[in-house]
Amino acid sequence: MDGQTRDFKWIGKRTVRPDGVDKVTGRANFGADFSLPGMLVGKVLRSPHAHARILSIDTGKARVLPGVKAVITAADLPDIPSEEAHFGEDPTDFRYVSHNVMARGKALYDGHVVAAVAATSEAIAEAALGLIEVEYDILPHVLDVEDAMKPDAPLVIEDLITQGITPTPKKPSNIAKRIQYDLGDIAAGFKKADVVIKRRFTTKPVHQGYIEPHAVVASTSEDGQSLVWCSSQGHFMVRASCAKLLGLDVSQLRVMPAEIGGGFGGKVTVYQEPLAVLMSRKTGRPVKMVMSREEVFRGTGPTSGSVMTVKIGATKKGKITAAEATLAFQAGAYPGSPVGLGCMTAFAPYDLENVKTVGYDVVVNRPKATAYRAPGAPLAAFAAESVLDELAKALNIAPLELREKNAAREGTQAPYGPRFGVIGYVATLQALRDHPHYMAPLGPNQGRGIASGFWMNFGGQSSAVINVNEDGTVVVTLGHPDIGGSRASMALMAAEVLGIDITKVRAIIGDTHSIGLSDITGGSKVTFASGMAVVKAANDVTGQLRARAAMIWEVDADGVVWEDGHAVASSTNVGEFEPLSLAQIAAMAAKTGGPISGHASINAKGAGPGFGTHICDVEVDRETGRVTVVRYTAIQDAGRAIHPSYVEGQLQGGAAQGIGWALNEEYVYGDDGRLQNPGFLDYRMPVASDLPMIDTVIVEVPNPNHPFGVRGVGEVPIVPPLAAVANAIEDAIGVRMTDLPMSPPRILAALEDKL
Amino acid sequence: MVLTNELGNQFAGGETKVEVQAKNVRQLIRALEERYPGMGPELEAGMAVAIDGEIYADPFMEPIGPDSEVYFLPRIGGG
Amino acid sequence: MKKSHVTTTINGEPVEFLCEPQQTLLDVLRDELNLTGSKEGCSSGDCGACSVIMDGRVVCTCLALGVEAEGRSIDTIEGMAEGETLHPLQRWFLEEAALQCGFCTPGFLVAAKALLDRNPDPTETEVRYWLAGNLCRCTGYDKIVRAVLSAGAEMRGQ
Repeated sequence: MDGQTRDFKWIGKRTVRPDGVDKVTGRANFGADFSLPGMLVGKVLRSPHAHARILSIDTGKARVLPGVKAVITAADLPDIPSEEAHFGEDPTDFRYVSHNVMARGKALYDGHVVAAVAATSEAIAEAALGLIEVEYDILPHVLDVEDAMKPDAPLVIEDLITQGITPTPKKPSNIAKRIQYDLGDIAAGFKKADVVIKRRFTTKPVHQGYIEPHAVVASTSEDGQSLVWCSSQGHFMVRASCAKLLGLDVSQLRVMPAEIGGGFGGKVTVYQEPLAVLMSRKTGRPVKMVMSREEVFRGTGPTSGSVMTVKIGATKKGKITAAEATLAFQAGAYPGSPVGLGCMTAFAPYDLENVKTVGYDVVVNRPKATAYRAPGAPLAAFAAESVLDELAKALNIAPLELREKNAAREGTQAPYGPRFGVIGYVATLQALRDHPHYMAPLGPNQGRGIASGFWMNFGGQSSAVINVNEDGTVVVTLGHPDIGGSRASMALMAAEVLGIDITKVRAIIGDTHSIGLSDITGGSKVTFASGMAVVKAANDVTGQLRARAAMIWEVDADGVVWEDGHAVASSTNVGEFEPLSLAQIAAMAAKTGGPISGHASINAKGAGPGFGTHICDVEVDRETGRVTVVRYTAIQDAGRAIHPSYVEGQLQGGAAQGIGWALNEEYVYGDDGRLQNPGFLDYRMPVASDLPMIDTVIVEVPNPNHPFGVRGVGEVPIVPPLAAVANAIEDAIGVRMTDLPMSPPRILAALEDKL
Repeated sequence: MVLTNELGNQFAGGETKVEVQAKNVRQLIRALEERYPGMGPELEAGMAVAIDGEIYADPFMEPIGPDSEVYFLPRIGGG
Repeated sequence: MKKSHVTTTINGEPVEFLCEPQQTLLDVLRDELNLTGSKEGCSSGDCGACSVIMDGRVVCTCLALGVEAEGRSIDTIEGMAEGETLHPLQRWFLEEAALQCGFCTPGFLVAAKALLDRNPDPTETEVRYWLAGNLCRCTGYDKIVRAVLSAGAEMRGQ
């Protein structure tokens, strides 16, 4: 297993996923599909103000309403110390997570939870919320990054001192952190440039948009053991967070992973889960909490809005001599925007000597930002790839050629320091050049744009167990929730190593009591890290199978090899033996030492970075400002596509999200700081009639650090589309859009300005 | 061995490129703590390490060669 | 509030239930009848995850009241397969990998079935516009549309 190209029996096959039948028949159980006898319904009370001091909360009337079994406020949650938490983007703090789950003293955004109830029915719970009397002292609020950075801005967190500035500031501000990455000498670099383009960009926060609202059922028995059933991007994360926020031992919680209806980063943290656990502990009854869609918008996610400035300089010949970016991201009410990741990824596809990226993590009175698929990267790429496009036009070089001349390759130093190993960026550019889309003719009011994207991908902790059944079938138990079909890929990898038919492999996700610790499903890590664990566990199994065969044949274990699903004598010197199949050895397991089970718990390292390049054709209706994507091709290096259909699915899904982000999605706030569009009607995500077929090209430059060459694929696809669409619009109507979303009113305004 | 700007500014008087002798990451952190008091806890708590291009999230015992290039980076996540 | 007694037909079987006047048909299906295949995504009729076919029409059950089921014939995702035999649409969704998280899938299957029942040979554009009432965030719709077209072709005997 060395990542080299070979003939595989199962890797690369488009098999039907093991959990598929349940999903097409409605049988699969998602977070809200679970019920227990005696279950109560939990609901939260949310602040209607963007920024307000909570003077008092009177829960007296709510408590005595018949049917109400628990009412909790901040007073019921322990005050936990500051401790760094890693939830998928730049680090945040468990203390902030706790304050986000239930406001302490101040409501920091419209939708911030201030109290919760558990009652015997949803109607009674809602009525109880109406009886809770909260006295607010409304404070001035601040919503936008630039306003929040002004010296006289209202302070969201009153004792927040900017980190990353020397000397440490004496006065608090809304700037939580300043980050900087440098390479070479930026001033000298710009001096060498013949052409320099500098642009300012703004983007609005967008939501991950998963169709399944957050849902949890928590039940606590008399011995203090809590069972939690919820959909999440990490049941071990849920366990750790609930334990931390409630002051419990991790072992007092058992979290069962429900099927999850989308996450994209939005479910790598907790919202209601600690409250459901707490109320189940107080009442002794199960508590179910399901968010409404309005609550999902008002209280969870989103990703950051931003203000960004990018400046790139190049010689006449198209060699980039300097690249500079200043990114200011909205963290929402608590620090932890992905601005650091934005700084690291902005120019990563390019081999540059002189780079400077500066980032500001800024708190504002909006919901706390959460990871959204390659957090920070799509924003930074929107800016950088747009400027590259303008630069190419100014130099009279094709945008593709400009990228080829400056492409990162093996040995290139990334802007954040380390040198790249084997990477496939150039391969994606080559594939683009060869693709018929690239040279296809365009019609009137149509334009074409290309853009590239990068994500470093992640490894992390992962556990897998493979149990061999008496009949030679196997069960693979995994630790990461399956968001997109990963059970299919894990089964393929196990089948490949074991050499058995795919139909003999079942794959399940174990709960926190049943499988070893595994990090979140995110960071494009599951196929990579969990796959590595599965391969290791499968090798553990084949090792045992060989030993059993050796026992049966009465030879030394090193006289037996595993080939094509069978134990085989390694040479005729060992003896003449009929090969033994896995099923045959399994049937004799009891006699040869007991059940056969392989196991692996790893901290996977060596995740290969991923690169993608997209082509987008748009048609602009000059009368309505509506932009339609008429053709789209996503090209990406997957290292090795274990199950090509699901890799294609990631490319298509990420592209669609990026298109929505580019064209229509945004949070609309009133002057009162309240969210005005917390629903799918006015938060406009792409529907089937908005999009064309999305062509995909999977390039394979194997990652030498993975047994099958896998690179994570889930996040890269959302990075290029924002700029690809903007570049296509520029090509179509000659207007450079620098503010997202590029919705019809903005297009029309830009067209008018041009006249 | 390269530190991030913040660490460099905060503890090393602006130096971000440093030469240190160490056989693994844990020794490296101890050596840096000796040279720049206060830096150790920061490094242990929240940073990933890139050694000759490979990124490690929890890197205590990762070996470092005599000529290795080491970068301290924020922990990388995803969504 | 006094509950109403409702008699209806679900997936071809006679069904009776009690519900409060303000309970939606979605709540009734999920909480009273344990038919959790229909999903709640938005409660405002914008995502289609709660779709069923009621008297031949695709309906968002989050916008219908439980009492409206009286005397009607309702087909949910749970009734789409016949015993152990999956409907061609279900098979083609699996074949084409037209689902990732699977949450929107019941709604899409129900809506697609309603389409093919009335228009057995839709164009790609017709499929896209018919399914515009169903939101999917994972797939970008490409494989869903392909699966519906393939199922239609199979059902036409091609």
